[in-house]
Amino acid sequence: MTLSDFLMMRNELILILVAIIIVIAELAYKSDKQQKIIPLTLWLFFAVTIIGFFPASKGILFGGMFKNTDLTILMKNILNIGVLIIFIQSYAWIRKEENNYKIAEYFILILSTVIGMNFMISSGDFLMFYLGLELATIPVAALAAYERYKNKSAEAGVKLILSSALSSAILLYGISMIYGSTGSIYFSEISQYISGNSLQTLAFIFFFAGMAFKISLVPFHLWAADVYEGSPVNITSFLSVISKGAAVFILTMVMFTVFSPISAIWKDVVYVIAVLTMTVGNLFALRQQNMKRFLAFSSIAQAGFILLGIIDGSQLGMSSVIYFVLIYIFSNLGAFGVVAAISNVTGKETMSDYNGMYRTNPKLCLIMMLAMFSLAGIPPVAGFFGKFFLFASAAHQGYYWLVFIAVLNATISLYYYLMPIKAMFINKSEEPIAYFKSDNVTRLGLVICVAGLVIIGFASNIYEYIRYFSFGSGS
Amino acid sequence: MNFLSLFVLTPILTIIAITLVKNINHVRIVSAIGMGIQLIQAAVLIFMYLAIRKAGNTDEMVLMQSYTWFPSLNICYAVGVDGISVAMIGLTSIVIFAGIFASWEVSDLTKEFFISLILLSSGVFGFFISIDLFTMFLFYELAVIPMYILIGIWGSGPKEYSAMKLTLMLMGGSALLLVGLLGIYFYSAPDGSSLTFNILEIARVNIPLEVQKFLFPFTFIGFGVLGAMFPLHTWSPDGHASAPTAVSMLHAGVLMKLGGYGCFRVAMFLLPEAAHELAWIFIILTGISVVYGAFGAIMQKDLKYINAYSSVSHCGLVLFALLMMNQTAMNGAIIQMISHGIMTALFFALIGMIYGRTHTRYINEMGGLMKVIPFLSVCYVIAGLASLGLPGFSGFVAEMTIFVGAFQHTDTFHRVITIVACSSIVITAVYILRVVGILLLGPTTNKEYLSFKDAAWWERISTVTLIAGITGIGLAPLWLSNMINGSLQHIIQRLTL
Repeated sequence: MTLSDFLMMRNELILILVAIIIVIAELAYKSDKQQKIIPLTLWLFFAVTIIGFFPASKGILFGGMFKNTDLTILMKNILNIGVLIIFIQSYAWIRKEENNYKIAEYFILILSTVIGMNFMISSGDFLMFYLGLELATIPVAALAAYERYKNKSAEAGVKLILSSALSSAILLYGISMIYGSTGSIYFSEISQYISGNSLQTLAFIFFFAGMAFKISLVPFHLWAADVYEGSPVNITSFLSVISKGAAVFILTMVMFTVFSPISAIWKDVVYVIAVLTMTVGNLFALRQQNMKRFLAFSSIAQAGFILLGIIDGSQLGMSSVIYFVLIYIFSNLGAFGVVAAISNVTGKETMSDYNGMYRTNPKLCLIMMLAMFSLAGIPPVAGFFGKFFLFASAAHQGYYWLVFIAVLNATISLYYYLMPIKAMFINKSEEPIAYFKSDNVTRLGLVICVAGLVIIGFASNIYEYIRYFSFGSGS
Repeated sequence: MNFLSLFVLTPILTIIAITLVKNINHVRIVSAIGMGIQLIQAAVLIFMYLAIRKAGNTDEMVLMQSYTWFPSLNICYAVGVDGISVAMIGLTSIVIFAGIFASWEVSDLTKEFFISLILLSSGVFGFFISIDLFTMFLFYELAVIPMYILIGIWGSGPKEYSAMKLTLMLMGGSALLLVGLLGIYFYSAPDGSSLTFNILEIARVNIPLEVQKFLFPFTFIGFGVLGAMFPLHTWSPDGHASAPTAVSMLHAGVLMKLGGYGCFRVAMFLLPEAAHELAWIFIILTGISVVYGAFGAIMQKDLKYINAYSSVSHCGLVLFALLMMNQTAMNGAIIQMISHGIMTALFFALIGMIYGRTHTRYINEMGGLMKVIPFLSVCYVIAGLASLGLPGFSGFVAEMTIFVGAFQHTDTFHRVITIVACSSIVITAVYILRVVGILLLGPTTNKEYLSFKDAAWWERISTVTLIAGITGIGLAPLWLSNMINGSLQHIIQRLTL
């Protein structure tokens, strides 16, 4: 193995390096200076994100276990951007007194999940895929229980670890069936042996069910709401955006390559799950009052929309999925950023607390409005374009009724996305949340989100760039 | 840089200018200047258009320009106008100009009010200049969403309910529309060439009849919701009644026309065979709109509700006439859009001004206004007379043409339904005259009314602009009807395939 081969794993290696630096920094700084780790990590991760955009060597390593292509680099970069925003957003929260002794843990745990995701996305066989998936999941359970003195947070951690263990078991069972019926675990070889016999169909369903847990598709979504509510805001945003995004990426790639011979079967499955996910996610989101729970259920519904891109199975579908995830990162993080900013200062997280806030904190409210419009798919923000392309990809295959159900759901979702806007702009309150000034780092995080929301839609180059690297099933 | 793009750019620049100024008075002045420029541009556009046609240009669309936006999906920012869209742009700029003056006294969150209002108008302008279905849809949604904020914050009565109802129903309409548009897109290149969203290119393609019949209801109903087609009109009375004055003006005056415009420009023009096959269903529905809306108006006691139902009736008439699919009726439909647009905007402006003085909208609680506020009262009478179709005003020209055109169909179905729809003229006269009688005439019983001041200068600008529009069309309808006729021929040609 030459050095240039080794550099194919550049992203993963740098992340490991950063994690090690943080460990050393934790040891080096005295306990009253631990906060210095925060800017250090932020800068280091900023560097990682930038380095990700430099040209990298592409190819296959370890006899096909690890592959690096333009597409995987693109996906990793998208995730990096999201994680960077989350790091920026968690600045104010992690600096709090009570978190002082576990600052490094927070960053190391998140970094290890990101390493896991990178390996997962780059995986060329089911073994590496599973390794990456576990590495991407287990640390999140620790993170969910980060505020362990709070019952809800501890509960979230336990719930997440148990449900992800269950889903991993189901997933592994599916993988073992695939291995049993094809005699291989390499993605590139399996697809030749997939003929659609009943064992392989079953294997696919188990595999899909396992992934559905991670993406929180209905009926495998039951863990999501409690975990999202119990975790600290920044972990919730990480779970609902980055974890979900990474799982969607790898699911799309596996469906489009490994299972492409049985696309006729999986399209039916995806159809049903998409309808269920959108509808159930929406119906539950309608009733939520806690902002975190509200965003959790809305993110379930959003995952249903993503399936509309997957069902297409063509280049258009994959590019729409990736593009939508990119937009979703900015919109959801924008919303979570506002929730976090308010929660950090006032500790308030219910929708009715936001009543009349526009008159005291207009800028935060405007950002929330943009984020909500983007999630609902209203122009001129990016979400409109993302949703439009997803719908277009489902229509591409002639699934007009599915598109119809989806747009109806988008209309229903508009109702609850308007609720925070109604609270902030229309409702009157005796005691609205008083004016407060966020620190500069929090503002920076929000500004990045807003810039993303405004630019990504109109700058068609971004979509064309993603589309250039995407592929369709069977090609 | 295309001249048409200025119609989107000017509102956006105005919005930016509004965000920069501090003083409330400056906000008003900047808005007025911005929309004044827009009005002048519209006038220039009309003259340009007439000059181009005079020079012998008979293309479907003129002033066309197309910039590729998303190359892989062939989405373009494509603009172009024909006589009909020029007329609609003219209408919009008149109404928004009057709307700015009608809302001169908005004092709560003034800046935000004008920003939302102008944003809404930029969506409408964008819609009328677009000839690419994607940008058209984008502007359509852009026009709908500021409504929620406008009604929710500055509205009256059960404003939150109305705002939500209106937004969800219109967005539900756009949901239907989206399915239709995507369907049209994916069938836009049967020979395997690249797919397109461009209306003119799609119009050259023959989409299979079965597909057309599937897509037509989606597209037509999608726009029909905005055009207040029965039974999907229910957002309209509540929405209008709760909306602040300028928003009612813009909504009834322009946005509902946007539905009618979309119905023929997209649904009927691109899916002509299905339009022929399925027209009867929608003729019945719109026929019900026409009569039901008029009867609904009779029953109401709230001035805004009366006008909202009357709008349902008149906008139903627009769709009704479009579905007749002949030159005369469609010409009438488009004149009706313009005429009703200006007239109803005038109505809502006046209702807002009267409400600002009497603080009630119930006609039974008012009376004898003619003596205390003669200027506004006379304007109200003018609007009323235009609404019931008195010769000399625009309403007469429009309704006359529509019914003549509709009666040109020789089969019983069309004739019967035309006669039924005709009855709406009589019913309109009933509720208009009743309101005028109760509201304006008679003795001034309430002593407080004696202290009312007649129209302020901004109110005069607002109303006079609109009255000039109505009488302009009423007295000299020929140039408008010629402008529309030339462009209609292309559409009629395609519809008679």
